[in-house]
Amino acid sequence: MLTEIAIELLQLLIVMFGSPLLVGVIRKAKARLQGRRGAGILQPYADLRKLLLKEMVISENTSWIFRFTPYLLATTMLLSALIVPSLTTRAPLSFMGNIIALMYLFLLGTFFLALAGLDAGSAFGGMGSSREVALAALAEPTVLIAIFGIALRAGTTSLDGIITRSIAEPLLMLNAGHLLAFFAFFIVALAENGRLPVDNPATHLELTMIHEAMILEYSGRLLALVEWAAGMKLFLFLTLLSNLFFPWGVALTNTPITLFSAFVALAMKLLVFAAAIALVETSVAKLRLFRVPELLAGSFTVALLAVVSAFFIR
Amino acid sequence: MASLFKYILKTPVVTEALKSADDTQIEVIARQIDERARRRFGRSLHIRQVDAGSCNGCELEISALNNPYYDLERFGMHFVASPRHADCLLVTGPVTRNMADPLKRTYDATPAPKIVVAIGDCAHDCGVFAGGYGVVSPVSAILPVDAVVHGCPPTPRDILLGILAALEKHS
Amino acid sequence: MLIDSTLMIDLFLVTFACFSAGAVGALITARSPTLSRVVGHGCALVGAIAAFAFGVAGLAGGSMELNVPDLLPIGGAAFGVDRLSAFFVVVIAVGAIPAALYAIGYTREYAGKHSLAGMAFAFNVFIAAMILVALARNVLTFLALWEMMSLASYFLVITESEREETLSAGWIYFVMTHAGFAALFLGFLLLARATGTMDFANWSVAATALDPTSRNLIFLLFALGFGSKAGVVPLHVWLPRAHPAAPSHVSALMSGVMIKLGVYGLVRVAFDWLGAGPLWWGATMLIVGAVSGVLGVLYALVDADLKRLLAYSSVENIGIIMLGLGAAMLFQASNLPSLAALALVAALYHTLNHATFKSLLFMGAGAVLHATHTRNMEELGGLIKRMPQTAVFFLIGSLAIAALPPFNGFISEWLTFQSLLLSFQILAHTVNLIFALGVAALALTSGLAAACFVRAFGITFLALPRSEPAALAHEADWTMRAAMALLALVCLALGVAPSLILAPLEAAVFDLMGAHADMKFDWSMVVANNSFGWVAPLWIALGLVAFLMAIPLALRLMGVNKRRRYYETWGCGRALQTARFEYTATAFANPFKRVFALLYRSVKELDIEFHPESRYFVRTITYYNEGRLIFEDALYKPLLRMIQALAREARVLQSGHVHSYLVYILVALVALLILTV
Repeated sequence: MLTEIAIELLQLLIVMFGSPLLVGVIRKAKARLQGRRGAGILQPYADLRKLLLKEMVISENTSWIFRFTPYLLATTMLLSALIVPSLTTRAPLSFMGNIIALMYLFLLGTFFLALAGLDAGSAFGGMGSSREVALAALAEPTVLIAIFGIALRAGTTSLDGIITRSIAEPLLMLNAGHLLAFFAFFIVALAENGRLPVDNPATHLELTMIHEAMILEYSGRLLALVEWAAGMKLFLFLTLLSNLFFPWGVALTNTPITLFSAFVALAMKLLVFAAAIALVETSVAKLRLFRVPELLAGSFTVALLAVVSAFFIR
Repeated sequence: MASLFKYILKTPVVTEALKSADDTQIEVIARQIDERARRRFGRSLHIRQVDAGSCNGCELEISALNNPYYDLERFGMHFVASPRHADCLLVTGPVTRNMADPLKRTYDATPAPKIVVAIGDCAHDCGVFAGGYGVVSPVSAILPVDAVVHGCPPTPRDILLGILAALEKHS
Repeated sequence: MLIDSTLMIDLFLVTFACFSAGAVGALITARSPTLSRVVGHGCALVGAIAAFAFGVAGLAGGSMELNVPDLLPIGGAAFGVDRLSAFFVVVIAVGAIPAALYAIGYTREYAGKHSLAGMAFAFNVFIAAMILVALARNVLTFLALWEMMSLASYFLVITESEREETLSAGWIYFVMTHAGFAALFLGFLLLARATGTMDFANWSVAATALDPTSRNLIFLLFALGFGSKAGVVPLHVWLPRAHPAAPSHVSALMSGVMIKLGVYGLVRVAFDWLGAGPLWWGATMLIVGAVSGVLGVLYALVDADLKRLLAYSSVENIGIIMLGLGAAMLFQASNLPSLAALALVAALYHTLNHATFKSLLFMGAGAVLHATHTRNMEELGGLIKRMPQTAVFFLIGSLAIAALPPFNGFISEWLTFQSLLLSFQILAHTVNLIFALGVAALALTSGLAAACFVRAFGITFLALPRSEPAALAHEADWTMRAAMALLALVCLALGVAPSLILAPLEAAVFDLMGAHADMKFDWSMVVANNSFGWVAPLWIALGLVAFLMAIPLALRLMGVNKRRRYYETWGCGRALQTARFEYTATAFANPFKRVFALLYRSVKELDIEFHPESRYFVRTITYYNEGRLIFEDALYKPLLRMIQALAREARVLQSGHVHSYLVYILVALVALLILTV
């Protein structure tokens, strides 16, 4: 019983404390590609610590929803951290939900964030909310069809089951459909986390913002929670991409050796993904907003191809 | 895109070390923030730049801080769009009639603890626009200023040193 | 526990005694509006509670057979209850109990302008007729009660007859429901003639002997009839007109409960009366469901009328139910009975869930309408501070309909997804592709529904009021709030403890299909198909609550800055902050209008009025961006034009001369004599 709690705690702590590091590594990689030194990889920790020191300036137009949303965002991410198999397929609380439940937990956070954007009564916030929910809605079919593709091969929608099956039968992953599903899921990960080419996380132009526009009114510890939750969402998405599509290294049993090697494997996979995101963000410009649905439709077609190929190659 | 990556691979990191110079251009006035805040801001400072009617000469120098040579991000500093996210207001320009009220509102919208750094001769004493009909007063008459960086415009190095001086941090 | 039929009959009689008392009592006390309002709706409330008890007893296994011989020709009025009927009685009761409670407070504002006694009378008749439809066991009973239900609801819809749009909405509803009735009538008669009996009980065996053409024809007729009542695309056109026009408690009942009787009929047809059909029946249902889901929510997204938005959202949810139903039929046709049962459980569970959260949402919209006298979202806003409790209830309804944990919509959509994903067990490529498109449609619907309700709740309740009436809004009275609180609690309960309803539902489906659903569940978890997928809703809810409490505690222990300062919204230093700076409902829908421009084919109009002195100064700018409705333009208008053309031609017969009429009578007489002799 104690080991069970320890393992869940370990997965939780990795997500909680690893996500600012992941964000820092991506920023550092982008800086290096831009030919400058950039901030240290531990900079996001300093940012969060400083934000906890600041007071909160809250708009008079807002209601309790504005103050509640950052806590809910962090909560949904922490709960998802308990479900996503970052280290092991034998986390005791992973029975709480399968991959579909996970996607709906993320949607819960997005719903409230969109409401918070509308709450202050500013035009930027409303614009951010409108764009964010539009893109979230358009990304949903791709996600579910990609999940369908994965589930078809693995015979289950439970995250642990997919990983266990993939490790047991590596040949399952050796086909075009697997790569197509991965590609579609990667595009969705970029869209859901507000990364180029969908949304520039470092922009200052409000009219080009999507995620940032909704959080323009937040300050102090509320802002710290929102930024932390966004980092955790990116961490969880990349962990899902790593462990569902390239599951080698994930612990199938809970022994210190397997857990340690799972930790090392996860760190390496996330490093590769961080580098990939930095490369993508450096090489593409942000898409015009009304071109993003075309991108998402393209990724949907790719995912559908993955599913169709699974049906025909049975 | 291949040519872009070829260029990236060829170019090294060009960030220059910040040379400490004479501090005559920098004037530290007030200390609004306590020790703990100063320490935290030393590691992470979010800056909101406010143009209170300037000619944009100072803005050009400030935007140079983002380029690979000056790279202010290595000091943990970062420009932000919303004053709610900011710790430091970087004010330029003689405060014109139309910008006096928005400047005050921007300051009020920034959460405490916060510092204000006035950039340029115009922010210090209205510079060449002193006495003009559209100009109200220097920044210090409207906001409590922590540091002033003289110059018309000041160099990016002086601007960086000015911000660091306001935090009592020298490179 | 064995429930004997005397208990069932007693509950049945109590239910009808209450509704009759309510109907008659409302008429008797017509002089005093307050009394007729309270008596009529109060008795309906008690009757609905009794109906709920009856339904629960029926789900637990109680059965009843009641035959009133001479009330109707050919077999009298026959009533009976099995688990499926009992489930739908529960659905009706779950919608009717809060509606009756709500109506007590809500109808107060109609005093003096409309007949409260008439409203209460029709209300009681409406609910009683709906319950009896679910219990009807032969053709004429069913049809007579169906018609009574439609008429009662028609009179309720046109309550506010002083408005022109209400009368037109009522008329369209009247025509569509009778067109559906005609299709049902034909279908029933054909089936009764082919099987030789008017009793439903004997049909499932006899129908298997029918030839395919007549089965297909009967299925199509039933699909048209029940589909138009359910509101599937393209037969949905009455829904977005009738539901907003009706008083809010009636809208709640119509959207939440009445359209489910269309679903009831379809379930009976597909799984009881006609037996297993060919693949194309299920495929059609699935595709119709997918189209209804997506189109319904797309129309809801661009609508600024709060109640019409909710009506289109009902079309969307019926689409989701049809997806489950179509999947069940496809599984049954592919010889996978346990998966069919799973899909049917998902569809029926969503039926119940939709009844709860749609009623809740309509009641919230009614409270808003009551307080501000407008349904136009462009004039609302800031209501969360003026109507805090209504706002919370509406938020819960929005979260539930967007299928977000920990509420009930999440569980039923999750189950629907699981059953659609399990379709890989069918080994036919076309069917697999249809299922894949169904999955995509359901996902798109679900995402768009979340967007739609962010808009509905956010624009209506948050930020600043956009007009004077919204600024002066007040909280709803206690009966309305109590009704909404009840439904909100049910949404939460069904989301956190789905096993409460899954056990009886599974038993009902077993009775109907003879197979156990491919799922396992206990107090904390639901598992689909052994290991295909699982979810533990109670744990998710507890986890959410635990972290929501732990995070502020941790922050406090870390000693973070607790200071809070209230200031104006950041407007780039602008001196003014009024409601005009807020995002509007139309603007919020703009990305969707652009992405789905092919569907909306919206027509933009921009009118700029300049100052008479100089064109550099603008007085007003008016912007219209109306979408056009595809089905009205492409299907109904041409159909109506054709009918009108035919009518014009047929006018020749009405010559006005008595002689030609006498000739008609003679010809008809001779023809009848020849045909029958």
